[in-house]
Amino acid sequence: MSNVPVNNGRRRFLTAATAVVGGAGVVGAAVPFIASWNPSARAKAAGAPVEVNVGKIQPGQLIRAEWRGKPVYVVRRTEKTVSELAKHDDQLRDPDSEKAQQPEYATNAYRSIKPEFLVALGVCTHLGCAPTHHGGDFEQFVEGVPNGFFCPCHGSKFDMAGRVFQGVPAPLNLVVPEHSFISDDTLLIGVGQGDV
Amino acid sequence: MLMKLFTDFMGWIDKRLPVTDAWNKHLAQYPAPKNFNFWYFFGSLAMLVLVNQILTGIWLTMNYEPSGDGAFASIEYIMRDVDFGWLLRYMHSTGASAFFVVVYMHMMRGLMYGSYQKPRELLWIFGMLIFLVLMAEAFMGYLLPWGNMSYWGAQVIISLFGAVPIIGDDLTLWIRGDYVISGATLNRFFALHVIAMPLVLVILVFLHILALHEVGSNNPEGIDIKKPKGSVKPEELSKFTFHKQYSEKYDIVDAVPFHPYYSVKDIMGVAGFLFLFCWVMFFAPEGGGYFMEAPNFTPANGLKTPEHIAPVWYFGPFYTILRVVPDKLLGAVAMFGAIVMLFALPWFDRGTVKSVRYRSKLHLVNLIQFAICFVVLGALGTMPATPTANLIGVIASFGYFGFFIALWFYSKNENTKPVPERIAD
Repeated sequence: MSNVPVNNGRRRFLTAATAVVGGAGVVGAAVPFIASWNPSARAKAAGAPVEVNVGKIQPGQLIRAEWRGKPVYVVRRTEKTVSELAKHDDQLRDPDSEKAQQPEYATNAYRSIKPEFLVALGVCTHLGCAPTHHGGDFEQFVEGVPNGFFCPCHGSKFDMAGRVFQGVPAPLNLVVPEHSFISDDTLLIGVGQGDV
Repeated sequence: MLMKLFTDFMGWIDKRLPVTDAWNKHLAQYPAPKNFNFWYFFGSLAMLVLVNQILTGIWLTMNYEPSGDGAFASIEYIMRDVDFGWLLRYMHSTGASAFFVVVYMHMMRGLMYGSYQKPRELLWIFGMLIFLVLMAEAFMGYLLPWGNMSYWGAQVIISLFGAVPIIGDDLTLWIRGDYVISGATLNRFFALHVIAMPLVLVILVFLHILALHEVGSNNPEGIDIKKPKGSVKPEELSKFTFHKQYSEKYDIVDAVPFHPYYSVKDIMGVAGFLFLFCWVMFFAPEGGGYFMEAPNFTPANGLKTPEHIAPVWYFGPFYTILRVVPDKLLGAVAMFGAIVMLFALPWFDRGTVKSVRYRSKLHLVNLIQFAICFVVLGALGTMPATPTANLIGVIASFGYFGFFIALWFYSKNENTKPVPERIAD
């Protein structure tokens, strides 16, 4: 044993310094573990855009496309449906689409590029169920609104522009994904208007 | 001759590892109150079910294929082609539901007899952590069969994290590892379900029991069996020998050694439990659609939500609390809040009388209404969300939270009955 007097201040400093360096090491070592949970390069690559032929959709009809594994609803709205959109603004949470749930070019009264076609993710903004389309029999959910979407999981309601009604669990309008028209009949989901 | 060989062998071991001492401390000379009733079965039953889950789980992984393409088919393979595969799977799936039955009863016991009160707060917290990990374990396990209810149940629960302000969407993406629930999600859930969570669970159970043995078991009377050293007349001391860790610090009364008294009693509990367990496993393994839900017999389909998404019954109470709140963030907060309340129970209860037997009528009523609300919330969680169901759900949610709030108010100056010094014969 050496008889050199103990320098407590130096010991404390060294202990603290070791702890700090060790702590930084732990944080550094945690990075790969946490980052490995992010979507892999393969999963990201699978999110490629998809083309949909909208020419054969009948007025009032809904078709489902798949993009990034999610259902995308494409509805050909009748002129009557489009004109009815403005009638129930006072019952909606966000009638003017102020929250960024849609690209710039779809921030309008009918939330789409062409008034006729609604393109929206069929994913409820509450907890991700797929809302069901009620064409003609939506009045059972909201009086005076003949068409809309109703989520069977927790009862959220949306109109034919995907705008959410008040008093339901879903906080936001349905998401309108980036989309564009390559030709009159061909819709491209995943690439925005003007990006091509 | 054989006996001597054994004694010598144990002597050799004990010099190197205190096995006999541990056996005595935790079993053969552990002082347990003499008045345990049937509510005290559920601790040992929970351990039995844990062992069942671990064993059958290990065997299931031998044939299960954790991938988006192979999972559903490999479950069918286990059910149809693997010898006794159906039995191992039903033991595991029935065991999951049985685990929650047993744990809910175990928790109810704690509520009734005040087993969470000082000095058992940490013991209670370990128990609650076990409950939390168990819920995570069950939730992840339910994704593995890759049926359509697995898929959409996971979709709903993972989306809950999307309610977190600002980072919500990135957080859900990180948990899923993909833009939707996919094979990537399935694989990580498998890893957590079979390795991480069970490991944590076993460690927590170990700590739960160590903490229990440090403070000692409570009992239906809520009377402490450990009296200050020297305060009890020698002829009134328990006639059994207890480990010196307990008897050197306290005078122990009204106690019996855990083994053989309660080990034998618990075997009775196990026998009764196995009757019910086997009946369900052999005659109703799907539990009438509550243990295994009908949509789960079709493969996961990300484009088709089942008509009515319901969690497995044991998540019912918390799920109902989630959905009666007409706001995404507040709903999630209320649901997690319901569990936080349980964690904080030892501090909501400001009383010193433990057992409901000696507490006020008000406490009895409060406890009964809590139990009823819990069951009602659970039942509603498995039903579609109609306006009537919603209204009842709101009332029951108030009953659930009200239990804790009311307890905090009346427990300070509660009109309790005098608690006897000793446990009556």
